[in-house]
Amino acid sequence: MRKTWLSILALLLVTGVLLAGCGTKNASGPGIFNMNLSSDPPSLDPALAQDSVSFVVLTGLYEGLTRKDAEGNTIPGVAEKWDISGDKKTYTFHLRHDAKWSNGDPVTAHDFEYAWKRVLDPNLNPASPYAYQLYYIKNAQNYNMAADNPDHISDPNQVGVKALDDYTLQVELENPTPYFLSITSFWTLFPVHQSAKSNPAWASKAETMITNGAFKMASWKHGNAIDLVPNENYYAKGEVKLKKVHFYMVNNASTEMMMFHTGQLSFAGFPTGEIPAEQIGKLKEINKDELHIQPTAGTYYYAFNLTKQPFDNLNIRKALTMAIDRQLIVDKVTKGGQVPAYGFVPPSIQGDGQMFREQYPDTGLLSEDIAQAKQLLAQGLKEEGLASFPPVTLTINDGAGHKQVAEALADMWRKNLGIEVQIQTQEWKVFLQNRTSLNYDIARAGWSADYNDPMTFIDMYTSTSGNNDLGFKNPQYDALVKQAYASSDQQQRMQLMDQAEQILVKDNMAILPVYYYSGVYMVQQNVQGLEMDYQGQIDFTRASVQ
Amino acid sequence: MVRYWGGKLVSVIISLFVLATATFFLMKAIPGDPFTSEKAVPPEVKAKLMAFYGLDKPIWEQYLIYLKKLIHLDLGTSMKSQYQTVSSIITDSFGYSLRLGIFAIIVSVIVGVGLGVVAAMYHRKAIDGIAMVIAVLGVSIPNFVLASMTQYLFGYKLQWFQVAGLNGPFDYVLPVLALAALPIAYIARLTRSTMLEVLNAEYIKTAKAKGLKRSVTIVRHALRNGILPVVTYVGPMTANILTGSVVVERIFGIPGLGKYFVDSVSNRDYTLIMGITLFYAVILMLARLLTDLLYGLVDPRIGLRSRKGASS
Repeated sequence: MRKTWLSILALLLVTGVLLAGCGTKNASGPGIFNMNLSSDPPSLDPALAQDSVSFVVLTGLYEGLTRKDAEGNTIPGVAEKWDISGDKKTYTFHLRHDAKWSNGDPVTAHDFEYAWKRVLDPNLNPASPYAYQLYYIKNAQNYNMAADNPDHISDPNQVGVKALDDYTLQVELENPTPYFLSITSFWTLFPVHQSAKSNPAWASKAETMITNGAFKMASWKHGNAIDLVPNENYYAKGEVKLKKVHFYMVNNASTEMMMFHTGQLSFAGFPTGEIPAEQIGKLKEINKDELHIQPTAGTYYYAFNLTKQPFDNLNIRKALTMAIDRQLIVDKVTKGGQVPAYGFVPPSIQGDGQMFREQYPDTGLLSEDIAQAKQLLAQGLKEEGLASFPPVTLTINDGAGHKQVAEALADMWRKNLGIEVQIQTQEWKVFLQNRTSLNYDIARAGWSADYNDPMTFIDMYTSTSGNNDLGFKNPQYDALVKQAYASSDQQQRMQLMDQAEQILVKDNMAILPVYYYSGVYMVQQNVQGLEMDYQGQIDFTRASVQ
Repeated sequence: MVRYWGGKLVSVIISLFVLATATFFLMKAIPGDPFTSEKAVPPEVKAKLMAFYGLDKPIWEQYLIYLKKLIHLDLGTSMKSQYQTVSSIITDSFGYSLRLGIFAIIVSVIVGVGLGVVAAMYHRKAIDGIAMVIAVLGVSIPNFVLASMTQYLFGYKLQWFQVAGLNGPFDYVLPVLALAALPIAYIARLTRSTMLEVLNAEYIKTAKAKGLKRSVTIVRHALRNGILPVVTYVGPMTANILTGSVVVERIFGIPGLGKYFVDSVSNRDYTLIMGITLFYAVILMLARLLTDLLYGLVDPRIGLRSRKGASS
């Protein structure tokens, strides 16, 4: 019997030790903002970050030259004011003198110069995937691209960014870029503390991260949780009301919803989580004060393979584009407040003094008309010498909702045009590879804005763009984009981009727009001051929790 | 003895080598790479990234470089999570899986054996029936269904436990239950049937005739033999629980190894795929060795020598 007692005692000891290692309960309460990230941020180095999870955390940790307010206007950040030269190609930023790093060091113009040149450094390893966000700066592209580039500039001093003194940063641009101030609040352009020079792995641990934003990192348990606490050296620390930001990393939509309902989360859903589409209808009734739906500057569409029969034929493309009921899809299938899309540039993108879509509505680009669609299909098939519609595959990637949208489309085509398409689901990276190498007939696609200007959509379908997965090559289109790049006149730029969009959609129907994205998220009623920008990027730095 | 363990070691090394080779080439055969994403990375940047991670070299060379590093027990760094070594990811996340797994194993053995013994003692009585109904339920309800159901009921509706996370001791209850249900059921049935056999054996009758208390007879004499098949099962079960909790971990938001394994494949995080596959293989092999060892301990009649070559 003594043996038995001994083993029970041993068992209890083991259990005790294991439980002791389990840590403490994370409280939710006043001043604590709990949010789910779904995954560990792949990188919190502003130069290397490229996904929405990393961006959310970076927003709390860093502050760029400028910030954005709730309406999407540019407001001063580390730079308190700026001058723009007459030719709109030189920006001089005057930095505030009280901006400090979390370790107390002053944030200077040299830190920005260092950070930006670091992004562009051809020898930075791993290379910065978003370096092209700095290509607006003079000589930046030729400095960054070293291989196979006869114009390569090896001297970083020729790059158009220079700290004139500790608090003055001068930036020279290649072209007048009216949206440059919107880019200075982009994550890639955040300053980096010069301690990064001696420790390349600085951004992977809480202990070595020196940041200049409203918060600093208290702990980072990889794959499990991140805790941010207010940065006592932040110049506007009076505006920061939260005591703590806690990030969970739960990758399961229904678990996330339950965590929200039980109060474990202050925020759930877009941009880093997901509200299951089938629950939205019910939530609209029961949780209407917590549920928010807002446009997010993205377009959901299908790409036609323009290099392959039958979609090398304009009339066939037109027929398929016109024969679907977009309103029905957003009402009955996606149900998340999406808006039917008849163009490529979404409504929340700014134009000249007003929204681009207000000035150039998408209704003129394409119309839904089944009778005409039938006619065009017959005509197209005749042109191609086809007796009937050939077997065609609609390729989608696995992931929430794509299959339902594809099935709805296939069903509408079957009913309205009497044609059959086969739906094929592929794993994400396999899908991307097939789409890039034009190994598809019709493929799902989605694009969201990098900055608040139609150009972030328009320039992806130039003949040389790395994102052109259509085989779309149109010299006139390329010329319009080039003209718009060089122009400093906003009105003219918008006109040029409108013309380009007309070529892409109205004249060539190279893509099949379905809807403009929306973001669905839930916020507890005790949370105030949370800001979502035009893209649906969340800014919690000025939020408070009662 | 020495020859036995020596042989085991050689076979483990060979198996690991074969597995590493197969995984390496299969993994490279999947289309895509760590750097494909919706927004295409500019080709120059991609070329630089490929070069940085050594993916620009011919596949044979990559393979040899990997093997060389592996011999030095260097699993490399993740290609997705910047500046995190594969070994640190494995140690961090396996910590969670291990804690959860150990609880689940302890619970399964204690509850499973308990249920089995009780069922055998009260053979064909109500208790037996109840225990076996529990066992049938445990075998037939998949763990993800059980996990979602208990999460919904006890986490969301009744709010007795947190819905997700492993922050306090009580957070272990639901995931452990989900993981332990199947092994409990299996062990209970196993124990019950062997115990029924053993209880009818001559030496138990002798013990009874000697006037030993029933509890002593059961614990000292019957259980020792009755538990033997359970021991056989514990090895593979340990490996299963430690490696196979992917879905349960996902439902309860536990940052265990399973989550990383699934994500590493969809991210094409080559070094992490290799690292976790090999780690799982080592766990499986260790579990088998452990079973062999335990077997010898529980039943001295089974010598290691006599089992030589019986398993690889």
